[in-house]
Amino acid sequence: MTNLLEINNLSVDFPSRRGQVAAVNKVSIEVAKGEVLGLVGESGAGKSTVGNSIINLLEPPGYISGGEIIFNGNRIDQLSNEEMRKIRGAKIGTIFQDPQTSLNPLMTIGKQLSETLIETLKISGSSAREKSIELLDSVGIPNPEPRLDAYPHQFSGGMRQRVVIALALAGDPDLIIADEPTTALDVSIQKQILDLIKSLCKQRNLGVIIVTHDIGVIAEIADRVAVMYNGQLVEQGKVEQVLQKPKHDYTKSLISAVPSGDQKLHRFTVVDYIDGSEEKVTLENVSEHWLSKNKSSETHGTAVSVKNLSIEFAIRQALFRKNRISLKAVDDVSIEIQTGESFGLVGESGSGKSTLARLIAGLYTPKSGDITIFGHNVLQKTQKTKTSLIRRKMQMIFQDPYSSLNSRMTVEDIISEPIRFHGSTENSSETLKVVRDLISFVGMPSTSLKKYPHEFSGGQRQRISIARALASRPEILICDEPTSALDVSVQANILNLLKDLQEELSLTMLFISHDLPVIRQMCDRVAVMQNGKICEIAETDKLFDHPEHDYSKHLLGLMPRMDLFRL
Amino acid sequence: MAKTDQSKSRWQRFLDNDIVYSFFTTPGAIIAATITFVAITAAFAAPLIAPYNPFDPAQISLWDGKLPPAWSDGGSSAYLLGTDNQGRDMLSTILYGGRISILVGIAAVFLGMLLGVTLGVISGYFGGLTDTIIMRIADVQLTIPGILVAILINGIGRAALPLELREEFAIYVVIVAIGLTDWPQFARVARGATLVEAEKEYVQAAKLIGLPKFTIILRHILPNTLRPVLVIATIGLALAIIAEATLSFLGQGIPPTTPSLGTLIRVGNEFLFSGLWWITFFPAIALIILVFSVNLLGDWMRDALNPKLR
Repeated sequence: MTNLLEINNLSVDFPSRRGQVAAVNKVSIEVAKGEVLGLVGESGAGKSTVGNSIINLLEPPGYISGGEIIFNGNRIDQLSNEEMRKIRGAKIGTIFQDPQTSLNPLMTIGKQLSETLIETLKISGSSAREKSIELLDSVGIPNPEPRLDAYPHQFSGGMRQRVVIALALAGDPDLIIADEPTTALDVSIQKQILDLIKSLCKQRNLGVIIVTHDIGVIAEIADRVAVMYNGQLVEQGKVEQVLQKPKHDYTKSLISAVPSGDQKLHRFTVVDYIDGSEEKVTLENVSEHWLSKNKSSETHGTAVSVKNLSIEFAIRQALFRKNRISLKAVDDVSIEIQTGESFGLVGESGSGKSTLARLIAGLYTPKSGDITIFGHNVLQKTQKTKTSLIRRKMQMIFQDPYSSLNSRMTVEDIISEPIRFHGSTENSSETLKVVRDLISFVGMPSTSLKKYPHEFSGGQRQRISIARALASRPEILICDEPTSALDVSVQANILNLLKDLQEELSLTMLFISHDLPVIRQMCDRVAVMQNGKICEIAETDKLFDHPEHDYSKHLLGLMPRMDLFRL
Repeated sequence: MAKTDQSKSRWQRFLDNDIVYSFFTTPGAIIAATITFVAITAAFAAPLIAPYNPFDPAQISLWDGKLPPAWSDGGSSAYLLGTDNQGRDMLSTILYGGRISILVGIAAVFLGMLLGVTLGVISGYFGGLTDTIIMRIADVQLTIPGILVAILINGIGRAALPLELREEFAIYVVIVAIGLTDWPQFARVARGATLVEAEKEYVQAAKLIGLPKFTIILRHILPNTLRPVLVIATIGLALAIIAEATLSFLGQGIPPTTPSLGTLIRVGNEFLFSGLWWITFFPAIALIILVFSVNLLGDWMRDALNPKLR
């Protein structure tokens, strides 16, 4: 069988003012017809750059500095833009990450499809319409004919991605490049889309390249895997072989770093290939330490109690009440979090889990219901000073490490701000000592203090965020998807750090995630949320082994089955 | 990159900055900055470098009035750019006049910025009724041409002053008039930037620490809104200089006893058809160069500070 696409020793360079950056270094891969190749790697590994250089859509100033790309027996890496344009769309289809932005919001779906069809297949308008219906049908859009005249915003995220796939198929291509096709989608939709791509590949005998950071996606769909690290191809082979018996050290640690959903481990496996070995955080004399002073003596009982909490957001404002439309983001929710426990909140995007966290933290004011923290009702208007004292015991770690630090302040200012504001040290030299302590506590050198946030990576920023949260001496820590913006290898380190902190300081933790395996490792009890309501609250092990609510069962069924590949 | 930063000096790190780098690789920006810098320095050093003091009656001789530039027939080497009808050296009056123009421009922009940014940030952070009231006032003001508002405020300011103080305080009245005309631009930009920043997680973290609202605004939001404000302040400076020149040209601004560039152009305009072109030509050229270079600088700054355009 001849290969559909062959890439030999491809190198891509990005000249920058700080010298050449080799984004891709001598990568050779091939794709046969009817085969799904998974290209996996962490952010910055150069996997998307490989995909973009095949269709000659490298972002300037990047250029191909060596090697060749052979498609259907012809070299395509040196074609002019005009010649390449004919291949793109007609012979090679592309599926982009975000279906929100890859469709034109001002054109109906039918127009966008027929435009591509007329351009690539040179057919008339009416037959293009028929062909569009056929295409939408083949990507599993029910009742496609009336939907042709709908605009992209009238489709859900998953349906929109199906339309994007239909667009990629429009020119009847031989090769499809899918760049993180499911990263912007929920797990339940992810599986459907992956199944669709796989079945289309087999039906139409297409070659497919899936670019992803998610080993779960690879396990689900790929026939062969190519693992990239730092611009180089470190390993390539059949999916069973690579996932079960990885040869390269990087692949080994990458696969072991993916948290497992089927059993509870004591600690997350750290990708030591990248970060070096890590040390467990320990404090000497925890009870004497600054962080433990001022602690309320209670170690038992309820830390946070939420009763019948609801909040609505206005979707449409209007003068008259009947014309207003609002969305119940959190709907009659009651939970209790015990002191010292790690409470998980899981759900898909839009389920209201972040809103609930922000309500508890006091960033939003609820429409109705009660929030009691350490026995004090924080919503009552009297006793404001007591409320603010109680609020201080609760700090939050946010999802996006790039927007959670003020870029105009040094790390030292960021961490010392709560200490100075609360007057929790006696003088500035003690403040500095505490700040140094905190930064080394989260595993960063004290030289970081004089730097600004932009000098750090995402994982390091998340550590700084944790240090800042600790500086208020919290007893309750709310973690809102603290690792979903990070790579797997960094994720393990941050989660281990949070786990250690919780043990050492006996913190109460509310941990929010959409990632079930992470929840399983981090939490004692879990609440499952859907459409603003709590479906089920159970002990973690009980929920994972014997879910009771239908939605919990559904969610658990979608968890990537890594166990198929573990020996 | 983070590792090497320790060994670098402050100056090297400054040069390493992307905006500084962009500056040194954009010829237009360098030229504009040089001209602006020279113009501002020359204007402020006018008493030191100008050959004459045009406001000192002892140095003015009516006999030397209406002399053409030094290189044309009948010109005198004592007066490089010629003299005006009263015998004042044109080069010196332009230097002194430029000083007043730049001073008025900077002060007016500063006033507009102070007012606009304060109102804009308050409007963006608190929202609701506060926001509606402030922004509607700004909208209403923007429906009236700026120069009309300036003339109106200027007229009221002058009328409010006793006769003998009018000339003395004319410059402050002009500054207030232009500053009050400017503020809606600043308010809009500052409000927009505040809306973006206030949603970011570092502001929420600051709220959780329990910081009071005004500390959050001053320490966290304000410094992060200053980039776009700085851009429109630079472009606003050019506009303010023009606004002052327009007011003075219309006879509403700086009086001829201490002329600004606009006043000089107006005075010279009367002699244009008598063939005394230099009295209005050179101040006009000076004004154009000054405004053009400040504008170029503002354009570059907008591009360099806008991550979307890079």
